[in-house]
Amino acid sequence: MALQGLLLLPVLLGAGAPLASAARQPALWPLPMSVQLSPNLLRLAPGSFEIIHGPQSSAGPDCFLLQDAFRRYREYVFGYLKSPDQYSKSFVGAELQQLLVTITSDSECDAYPSSTSDESYKLIVQEPVAVLEAREIWGALRGLETFSQLVYRDPYGAYLINKSEVIDYPRFHFRGILIDTSRHYLPVKTILQTLDGMAFNKFNVLHWHIVDDQSFPYQSITFPELSNKGAYSPAHVYTQTDIKLVLEYARLRGIRVIPEFDTPGHTDSWGKGQNDLLTPCYKRGIKIDVFGPVNPILNTTYEFMSKFFKEVSKIFPENYIHLGGDEVDFTCWKSNPDITEFMKQQGFGQDYEKLESYYIQKLIDIVSSTNKGYIVWQEVFDNEVKLKQDTIIEVWIGPSYNLELQKVTAAGYHAVLAAPWYLDYISYGQDWKKYYKVEPLDFSGTESQKDLVIGGTAALWGEFVDATNLSPRLWPRASAVGERLWSPANVRDLNDAYERLTEHRCRMVRRGVPAQPVFTGHCEM
Amino acid sequence: MTQRPRYPSVSRTLPLPVGSCSAMPGPGQAGVLPPPLLLLLLPLLAVRTLAAQPEAYVWPWPQKISVSPNVTFALKPILFRFQYSNSSAVQLGCSVLDQAFVRYLGIIFGPGPWLSRHHPGLKQTVKNSLEVFVNVPGCDQFPEMNSVENYTLTLSDQQFILKAHTVWGALRGLETFSQLIWRSAEGMFYVKQTEVVDFPRFPHRGLLLDTSRHYLPLQSILETLDGMAYNKFNVFHWHIVDDPSFPYESMTFPELSRKGSYNSATHIYTIGDVKKVIEYARMRGIRVISEFDTPGHTLSWGKGIPGLLTPCYSGSTPSGTFGPVNPILNSTYEFMASFFQEISSVFPDFYLHLGGDEVDFTCWRSNPDIKAFMKKRGFDRFEKLESFYIQKLLNIVSSYRKGYMVWQEVFDNNVKLNPDTVVHVWKERSPFPYALEMQNVTKAGFRALLSAPWYLNRISYGQDWQEIYMVDPLDFKGSPEQKSLVIGGEACMWGEYVDETNLTPRLWPRGGAVAERLWSSQSVRDLDLAYNRLAHFRCELLRRGIQAQPLYVGYCEHEYFHRMEQNHP
Repeated sequence: MALQGLLLLPVLLGAGAPLASAARQPALWPLPMSVQLSPNLLRLAPGSFEIIHGPQSSAGPDCFLLQDAFRRYREYVFGYLKSPDQYSKSFVGAELQQLLVTITSDSECDAYPSSTSDESYKLIVQEPVAVLEAREIWGALRGLETFSQLVYRDPYGAYLINKSEVIDYPRFHFRGILIDTSRHYLPVKTILQTLDGMAFNKFNVLHWHIVDDQSFPYQSITFPELSNKGAYSPAHVYTQTDIKLVLEYARLRGIRVIPEFDTPGHTDSWGKGQNDLLTPCYKRGIKIDVFGPVNPILNTTYEFMSKFFKEVSKIFPENYIHLGGDEVDFTCWKSNPDITEFMKQQGFGQDYEKLESYYIQKLIDIVSSTNKGYIVWQEVFDNEVKLKQDTIIEVWIGPSYNLELQKVTAAGYHAVLAAPWYLDYISYGQDWKKYYKVEPLDFSGTESQKDLVIGGTAALWGEFVDATNLSPRLWPRASAVGERLWSPANVRDLNDAYERLTEHRCRMVRRGVPAQPVFTGHCEM
Repeated sequence: MTQRPRYPSVSRTLPLPVGSCSAMPGPGQAGVLPPPLLLLLLPLLAVRTLAAQPEAYVWPWPQKISVSPNVTFALKPILFRFQYSNSSAVQLGCSVLDQAFVRYLGIIFGPGPWLSRHHPGLKQTVKNSLEVFVNVPGCDQFPEMNSVENYTLTLSDQQFILKAHTVWGALRGLETFSQLIWRSAEGMFYVKQTEVVDFPRFPHRGLLLDTSRHYLPLQSILETLDGMAYNKFNVFHWHIVDDPSFPYESMTFPELSRKGSYNSATHIYTIGDVKKVIEYARMRGIRVISEFDTPGHTLSWGKGIPGLLTPCYSGSTPSGTFGPVNPILNSTYEFMASFFQEISSVFPDFYLHLGGDEVDFTCWRSNPDIKAFMKKRGFDRFEKLESFYIQKLLNIVSSYRKGYMVWQEVFDNNVKLNPDTVVHVWKERSPFPYALEMQNVTKAGFRALLSAPWYLNRISYGQDWQEIYMVDPLDFKGSPEQKSLVIGGEACMWGEYVDETNLTPRLWPRGGAVAERLWSSQSVRDLDLAYNRLAHFRCELLRRGIQAQPLYVGYCEHEYFHRMEQNHP
């Protein structure tokens, strides 16, 4: 009885899947720089196919990062199969037995990815052994993702791969996703799931907007009162263990974690656990129980910031820290007589942007002393704060972001583009197309200006987003940004993208990320 | 970097009266004070905050509720139970209520563990049971359009009693009771002295799910029914098939789903599945109205039933594509008669939704046989052909003693309808603004059902629930008789962009805005109060396992924990 059922199954699957054409193609996302697919097919046997280190590789079984990736990608390729051997025999042909992974430079398996990491790789699929070659482990991770996307199943369940050759490297080296854990706390699990999704889309930067006005979930060792008083509840915090978990999970996927501690605005929640940090506001000359931005005129402010950022720069291995600097509201500063007095002393006149600059410059000095680079929101540049030449300016104000990119790069700064990719702004229908059509270098400027655009970030701000809706809102909409930042500029065909994205979203669902549908249809599970 | 929201932000500074769930943090947060002191302060905290807060966190808001803030009763989870009143017309053995009692004990108290039963310091009177009285017998029937859902709930020192005319009203009362109870930080359960007199404003409070554009697993449908019960919705409008797929497994015509579903092994609803949905809904006082939309929206039907759809022509030859149901063949009506006979017996509700929307005439126009038929019949417009079809279909369905609901085009195109037809208004602006359509439909003496402003699949940035909430279905020009013909409304979740990955957060709590509009008194329109109650209710939904998305910034004590592992290969 059972046997009969099994024999029937392939036939049923074939008949009942009218929309699944027999010759399903591999759906690569983001599309590599160069792909050559031969019509010749190889089959993979789930029971015996292995991913192993190449004999010439500088990495070996003691490279945990790669070992873990081999395990992970084997599972992604075959994992949703309950009984592997029942399905694999429908295609009789040459077999692909192994994928050999070779790292050509000195491997640093325990390192963190950085702004200079090399993500290029070359993948040759031929019988009986495929070869993945990368200079660094980071490229191997990207190549494994591509390999896993090349494998597909015929209607009878056999695992197939075309003989093929892929040469690939990213167009931009900064490809970020911003999450906001202050407006709503995101459970660690949600963050890890987001990192999974990022790896599937070859994103390499998690921009962690960790605190803001609403809550301060980061549990500081030096200033525990910040989260004691500033988090939504004692359960809504990220302990140091949580942070380490996120950092390691990200590292294993070749993803940098750039924390943002935004000051001097967006800091209401800081004030709860740190007395006198924020500016007391006045109404008609009388101090009221309301606070404004960080108080820039007190020495204690800078003592606090030194200690705090010393801790942050130690906890986060990443070379860059995001310092925020956006949307500083001057109303409270204007109301405060001590600030007014200080402005007079410094000769700032009525120009509160000078006071803002004063604060930011002192902060930047503090952060520079920890040997970290920094990223700031565009206002810091707009307000003419003196910046080091390697500062990264994040452009977020639309719609004239191309003009801003032009200015930022003309001034010689690096730029990251976020403005057209605010994914929290939802609308009905296929808005991924809008994100996909954006061209980051579409501004007037010299070649060397364009070189200063290092990438972009898809931002999912948290006002209306928490663990309940984050994943379907982020994926596959962010995938559109992922391809724009990885693939060549001429990869812009919406119809082709639609086909690949539809399958890519199904793949994400199969791998455990609840990505929402692109349009009407269904996924073969 | 994040632009300030464009709508009024709601103050987060007010504390909740130590609820089991808190949408807004505040100075009254538990855990700061040692437990005994906190207990003493409980009523005080509550009183202090009541001025600006709703009297109670109930969604949808009852017709009449009075809460005595100073009298609080304690409930002990180990001892508390529901019991049938001696004089109640239904007693132990009543499936609907026996099940509901178990369900609501779980909802109210959770799985435990609870504190020991010794509370030496407890100041409140302990109540160990809620008596439930039902006026009329009947536990095995299905809820209907005119089922009475009224109930009264009296929680006082003398009485702890829920009275309802029918078991359906008792279900609504149990839901309200469950929302009145809160849990203190130490895990004790409390409820204030409360009097509720409640009944729905409209008898038809529906939610539409579309299982054709995307297949929804049974589990998603059952979870939606849970969420509906929490919101006092009482109609599940199951738009079960459409152009893209035919997941309903017909006994009479198994080829329909074998050929027309996305995947005939995994993407179908068997008769067993359908029965499960109907019974699960019944247990929650929810009617299931199936929609088999014809003559348009039927591409998926054509795969299993050759000859059912109109062949389209390009010039003088068939193009290989198909249009709406072919209205000129006898075989079409023979098929419909058999098919709807099955549907009439599978779905117990008196009403069937027959669709009838968006019939595209292009294909009919191209087909020479259709043109010849029209000539023979003297039809000068395709609307007449549509009417011809619909009238024959209505006769078929009437012969099975079923009532029917149709989308507004059927009325707009002047199809002759039985006077008890329900016309479903879905077009927002054209050909008429929906208020004018409501006016026209009721003026013609038909009952009307409103969905036009409640297409929840349409999303936009921000708190769009407010717009949904401020709609009033009776906001059109018409006599009182006309207004009384409006039987309610339905929130629609069309499936073009919705499947199990995003259904629940897109539906809740936005669907709640429709629920309150259809249940509560017309005068319940205060957005600030609604925000506070809805934010609280959203947290309560999370606590109950419904993946409802946030209204705005804030947190819930019981956050959602997604099921990453279960989804994982």
